[in-house]
Amino acid sequence: MLQAAQKDPVPFDVADPSLKAMIMGNAADPLSMRRNLSAEEKKNFRKQSVLDIRKLNIRWLQEMTETDAQLREKMSLFWHGHFATKTVNIIYDQQLLQIIRQHALGNFRDLLFSVSKSASMIRFLNNEQNRKDHPNENFARELMELFTMGRGNYSEQDVKESARAFTGWGTTLQGDFVIRNRQHDGGLKTFLGKTGNLSGDDILDILLNKKQTAVFISRKIYRFFVNDTVDEKRVQALAEEFFRSGYDIRKLLTRIFTSDWFYEEKNMAAHIKSPVEWIVGIRRQLPQEIEHPEAQVLIQRLLGQVLFNPPNVAGWPGGKHWIDSSSLMLRLQIPRILYTSDAINMNPKEDDDLMMGMKEQGTRLQSGRSGERQTLRNGENERRRQFIRTKINWEKFHENFEDEAAEDLFSAVRQVLLQTETPIPDAVLKKYLDETNHNSLLQSAAIRYMGTPEYQLC
Amino acid sequence: MLIRRRTFLQMGGLATSSFLIPQFLKAFEGPGKTPAGNKVLVILQLSGGNDGLNTVIPVRNDIYYRERPVLGIQREKAIQLTEEAGLHPELTSFKALYDEGNLAILNNVGYPNPDRSHFRSMDIWQSASASSEFKNTGWLGRWLDEQCQHCDKPTQALEMDDTLSLALSGDRMKGIALQDPARLYDSCQDPFFRQVLQSANVHPTDDSGSYLYQVLAETMSGADYIFEQSKLHAGNAVYPDSGIGKNLKTIASLICSDINTRVYYLSLGSFDTHVNQGERQRKLFSEMNEAVQSFVSDLKSNHRFDQVLLMTFSEFGRRVSQNASGGTDHGTANNMFLISGGLKKAGLLNDMPDLASLSEGDLRWLLDFKSVYATVLKKWLGADDGKILGGSFEHLDFI
Repeated sequence: MLQAAQKDPVPFDVADPSLKAMIMGNAADPLSMRRNLSAEEKKNFRKQSVLDIRKLNIRWLQEMTETDAQLREKMSLFWHGHFATKTVNIIYDQQLLQIIRQHALGNFRDLLFSVSKSASMIRFLNNEQNRKDHPNENFARELMELFTMGRGNYSEQDVKESARAFTGWGTTLQGDFVIRNRQHDGGLKTFLGKTGNLSGDDILDILLNKKQTAVFISRKIYRFFVNDTVDEKRVQALAEEFFRSGYDIRKLLTRIFTSDWFYEEKNMAAHIKSPVEWIVGIRRQLPQEIEHPEAQVLIQRLLGQVLFNPPNVAGWPGGKHWIDSSSLMLRLQIPRILYTSDAINMNPKEDDDLMMGMKEQGTRLQSGRSGERQTLRNGENERRRQFIRTKINWEKFHENFEDEAAEDLFSAVRQVLLQTETPIPDAVLKKYLDETNHNSLLQSAAIRYMGTPEYQLC
Repeated sequence: MLIRRRTFLQMGGLATSSFLIPQFLKAFEGPGKTPAGNKVLVILQLSGGNDGLNTVIPVRNDIYYRERPVLGIQREKAIQLTEEAGLHPELTSFKALYDEGNLAILNNVGYPNPDRSHFRSMDIWQSASASSEFKNTGWLGRWLDEQCQHCDKPTQALEMDDTLSLALSGDRMKGIALQDPARLYDSCQDPFFRQVLQSANVHPTDDSGSYLYQVLAETMSGADYIFEQSKLHAGNAVYPDSGIGKNLKTIASLICSDINTRVYYLSLGSFDTHVNQGERQRKLFSEMNEAVQSFVSDLKSNHRFDQVLLMTFSEFGRRVSQNASGGTDHGTANNMFLISGGLKKAGLLNDMPDLASLSEGDLRWLLDFKSVYATVLKKWLGADDGKILGGSFEHLDFI
């Protein structure tokens, strides 16, 4: 898994050509590169971006499902939640995602520097408004609180001083990083005990020289891969090595995956899959074609994690926060819904940031099995039952079990699908299996196991 | 080949002998009634940023009419409350409540450093955080956490929707989201899940696996309980055929049953009126007006109106000036309605917004919404507001 990720990832490019033309302008005419968009252009840009970001979402899910470099994409998902931005700008979203995928398993220093200079981050955290004599502290504050050291390791004064160091950091309309010298505060600053004419780069380096940054990142990675409940001693040991390696992410992960404790009982299935991990897991285990790929965005919305749309700059809180009565019931029911192409009788909450006062379009999945459609009146809104039609490639799934003896099939399916034993007695599960033949047994077992609480864990 | 990582290790830990589920279900067989007179809070979220200035209208303010030559609602069309203030013409039942002393209005409610993104500002209102902090729990979720240390009834806070809002999500406890008690009940009838709960040996611990079984058990027993209760007092009051009408009808039927629910949450929207605001707001207010009228009269005839407080809020108000598309853009401070037969103070509780003193074209907030929450938590729900809100906020005297 670590080897497959050695090559640079191929960038995604789903942006509508009209948007690229609007943003990139005419390279031969330098003035067109520096202009600003008119209000009308901005509006059209946003509208199209909303659609394109949905495409990017689906494209990335496909990559997570089909790639050989599974770990890189999974780690990219981690960094996507760590460096959480939301700009409703497809060009900047694609740029930042590429930075993240490129450095996901590389060096955290490179990642931090590149992300800090990306248009998505600079604009999301208002660094365009961070000017000499009128500092905007948003980026500086989140940099310390969320991206490097975590709360409690710096003072308000450190936030103020470092914000001054980032004055003048901006990007062009095309998303290229620039330092606007006239807006930069070149005076003396004191940050975490160091005094000098500190630049933004200096601040990032000072933060990386604090071991606390390695601890903060290691702890978060531990929660992502090992256990939602943290073992502080293990985290400190990992952080020590991570720091000494100069923030080599690949080394850190190798260390985790080759540790005995990674396979200890208490660390088995101790992490609740995020909705995206869960969707990708189902698709990897049950190869399938989805008739309306947007169905996956609907499921993300219903389950509380939409790619490129984190709740705020702190990302998705994760763990037990994923699970409430509705999200759990939906997770338990979806495998069977996929199996039978049945309806999901649920509608997500509206997202006013993306709709901008328009009626929601395009997220409704209208066609159902044999054209079945039911509308429920709810005030002025038509509520539809939403269908997910998929074609599961069972042959591919069956291949995993060709060598299994008939009496071992049931437990073989369990071993593939669950990371842990289930407290549900075999006798109960077996009552719900279709034992007509080998294949029906395999399929019904897979669907049942995917609908257990244990399947939510990894 | 699929990766069989970690698959050959046996899990001994789960095979203990404690039966979480039957224990849990047992709790529902007891009386578990809410003592008569217990107070109920209903929160109506106006999603999308309702335009407060066209809701409670400053009918004597020249600046208002100057900044809104088209959108401004003329004094003679507004429903007159006081010399200075009028209500949106659709809100006739709110005027009746005002006259009875059952409606209170708070103006200029907001928070420091307002955020103009819908999601973020809603996050701030729902989690009751400062605009510079990020909380993973909602204020009512934290109330559940406090209230329900060893609570075996997961139905104390219900949301009328398919998915649960952050507001009702606590660290340990979460509200239940439902559109319709019968539908929730149906979706929990799968015999497989019933048998899983009857047979699975799950040791109640803090770990993730145990938590999943806990939520599953709570959902299924909660679904049974809610459905049972909803049938107890189906009610024959007539409600308008709208989403909010249906939801308030369900809420009223539950309030009049013996259920232990203290908090109900529902939303109406979208009020994001960048374009052609007049018609959109009029339509939504017409729905809200009719539904609230039915709700109040239903509660009154069941003698429950004194113990129910209906509170509205929106994530932000809108800018003072109209825009070029017949709408308004995202603003800041806003007003809130408080409706109950048990108000201690009614009418306009504070001054109308000062349009001569704006902050970059936006209303200034004068009252922190967390003060309203603190009042409701302390005086209506009898809870430790300081602990739930993580700080002390001034208590108001409307209840």
